[in-house]
Amino acid sequence: MAIAKKAVVWGLFAAGGTLSSFVFPALIALFLLIATGNIPDGLQFEQIHNFAASWLGKACLFIVLFLSVWHAAHRLRVVAHDFGIRKDTLVANAVYSIAAIGTVLAAFYLLTIS
Amino acid sequence: MSRNPYVRPVSTTTWYMRNGRYRVYVLHELTSFLVMFYSFLTIFALSALAGSAERWDAFLASQQSTAMLVFHTLALLYFMFFQTFPWFKLAPKAMPVRVGERKLPESYIIIGHYVAWAVISIFIFWLAGVV
Repeated sequence: MAIAKKAVVWGLFAAGGTLSSFVFPALIALFLLIATGNIPDGLQFEQIHNFAASWLGKACLFIVLFLSVWHAAHRLRVVAHDFGIRKDTLVANAVYSIAAIGTVLAAFYLLTIS
Repeated sequence: MSRNPYVRPVSTTTWYMRNGRYRVYVLHELTSFLVMFYSFLTIFALSALAGSAERWDAFLASQQSTAMLVFHTLALLYFMFFQTFPWFKLAPKAMPVRVGERKLPESYIIIGHYVAWAVISIFIFWLAGVV
């Protein structure tokens, strides 16, 4: 059972790392574009709302966000250890709670958009 | 084995400063802050989007500043060079692909990742109406 659980956690971690490596440069670039004040058409309310209201859009956004926050949480746990914080249970509870909150909020907001 | 083996004291907080490879490792690990930050920034954007057109426009306006422009530029470069590219480089080691008897050359897998990255990025820019 322990091994089976580990395989699932490792799979999610690897998937999150791969997905964030592929998607985040473009995501950061979009925030960069927003910061310049040149809002592209696809990010105007009407269009982005339509995208997030579609089931495909919701699924894409949710999968990217869900896997990314869990991936980041797992790595932040390691970062804490690397910087000399040896209270692993406390750190694990904190970072995985943040990931859980992120997952719930992402699901909640996506379901609200219709 | 000696009864009192000598244990070289190693700092638990600054150990990576002793060696260039360790420093690069820590720089790789720290990109996890960016993953978390941009995930939550996107979730925050979704909260505005779930509100109203006014709240979405207010969100867009709140993101427009020189400070954010500089931050995103640095974050983009840091993320690409310390997460995306190293992840692609590592991929053939983590997921070696076999074709029949032979192993697919590592360079094929790495190039495949770069091509997929370009396609995904262009698709996201297309969705956003940039290209």
